[in-house]
Amino acid sequence: MSLLEIKDIHVFYGAIHAIKGISFNVEEGEIVTLIGANGAGKSTTLNTVVGLLKPRSGEILFNGKNINGVSANKMVSLGMALCPEGRRIFQQMTVRENLEMGGFTRDKAEIAPSVEEMFTRFPRLRERENQIAGTLSGGEQQMLAMARALMSKPKLLMLDEPSMGLAPILVEQIFDIIRELHGAGTTILLVEQNAQMALSVADRAYVLETGTISMSGNASELLENDDVRKAYLGS
Amino acid sequence: MISFLSHLVNGLSLGSVYAIIALGYSMVYGIAKMLNFAHGDVIMVGAYISFCATQYWGLPPLVSVLCSMVVCTVLGIIIERLAYKPLRQAGSLAVLITAIGVSYLLQNLALLIWGANPKVFSSVISLAGFTLFDGQLKITGEVVVTVVTCVAVMLLLTWFTGKTRTGRAIRAVSEDKGAAQLMGINVNFSISLTFAIGSFLAAIAGVLLCSSYNTLMPTTGSMPGIKAFTAAVFGGIGSIPGAMLGGILLGLIEIFGRAYISTELADAIVFAVLIIILLVKPSGLLGKNVQEKV
Repeated sequence: MSLLEIKDIHVFYGAIHAIKGISFNVEEGEIVTLIGANGAGKSTTLNTVVGLLKPRSGEILFNGKNINGVSANKMVSLGMALCPEGRRIFQQMTVRENLEMGGFTRDKAEIAPSVEEMFTRFPRLRERENQIAGTLSGGEQQMLAMARALMSKPKLLMLDEPSMGLAPILVEQIFDIIRELHGAGTTILLVEQNAQMALSVADRAYVLETGTISMSGNASELLENDDVRKAYLGS
Repeated sequence: MISFLSHLVNGLSLGSVYAIIALGYSMVYGIAKMLNFAHGDVIMVGAYISFCATQYWGLPPLVSVLCSMVVCTVLGIIIERLAYKPLRQAGSLAVLITAIGVSYLLQNLALLIWGANPKVFSSVISLAGFTLFDGQLKITGEVVVTVVTCVAVMLLLTWFTGKTRTGRAIRAVSEDKGAAQLMGINVNFSISLTFAIGSFLAAIAGVLLCSSYNTLMPTTGSMPGIKAFTAAVFGGIGSIPGAMLGGILLGLIEIFGRAYISTELADAIVFAVLIIILLVKPSGLLGKNVQEKV
């Protein structure tokens, strides 16, 4: 049984048919990436999985359970966490408060040890513990957003464009963290425009093109695929 | 000198009432991103309930205040549920007009129920005042209770939004509803709760205001409502200490303006100050203007 299984979902923004029947699955322990150009429907897919958008038809199974129509705020308790596009940390809260918000659904006693864990994994955040999050640099904000998502101890971590707007050296750092998380056993669904980086960390990949999946396969094979190279890797 | 002190005391007292109303305005604006123009009329309803409880039902003053708190809290939740929640996705103009509609609805319902004649509201506060400077400066029990309540409300709200799980959820929803949902926060519940808190504060403000000024009619809430809105913007809308500071300053400006400049112009002065502050500092005195780094 897959941890996450998407079966033929269709998503609309008003009259616009944004996702036109896509199916994919994520197995436990995998990194799966969805790559594609701007507007291909990558973020829409993640937002649908997490319940912020409702599919008009199709099924979403998490741990074998149909989660269609479950509201977004219930998804965390099911074991799903989305680190959204543009990070969307709470700008006016401190770093620590942001992390504590990430553990909102957990028992009070578990929160402090988890915050400590995050500080160990992301030492930069410990240095900034009491700083207002809006004043962090872009890379630090991305780390905070990821740490905040991890605070709920998710079975499935979804990352939406974690490299967006970051300098190349920071992109490297973020992807190192993704590798580490994977090494620690976290299942990750990664959405990226940076196909090169995404394919280099992922086990499997799906290529999204205007709301449909045009290609899928092992990440290492897609990295060598001529069509993918031309369209997304610029060579 | 004594008259200056006496104006100062009156200003602090009026300002404290504005501050309590402004706190409700500000919190609701923060979370729902809407100006709840009916907020002032909830104050009026609160005062009428307390009036009825003491005059018609023969309840003791403190119990009447409790009645008023319960009714206003429920009223706030109902207003949000029926009038504003269906407009969650609508444009801000539609919400604004709805709020004005709710305001008129409440005023006219009050007119229907209690009539247009002003009621004499007898103070619910039995605390005796005291005098200073050989009896030249009299500080009434109402003033003491009003100022103490205001400070207590601000401290409680600061603690609530800063330290409690529910209070922090309200802050998170105020900043980013989508992200708050991703944390597992129930956004609708947080919004309802904020309206409940705001209306609860409105009940307190209504009783305090009418205890100091003793007249009550269906339009009693509208001017303090607008002034408190001004105070909230003045101090920086969305900020708790801002609402407090804005309210107190506004009360002082109004009383001093009335005493030293002109009785007729007092309200005009209040609003002129708002315009000047907004020209100089658009986010208000303590308004947060966090630079967003990308």
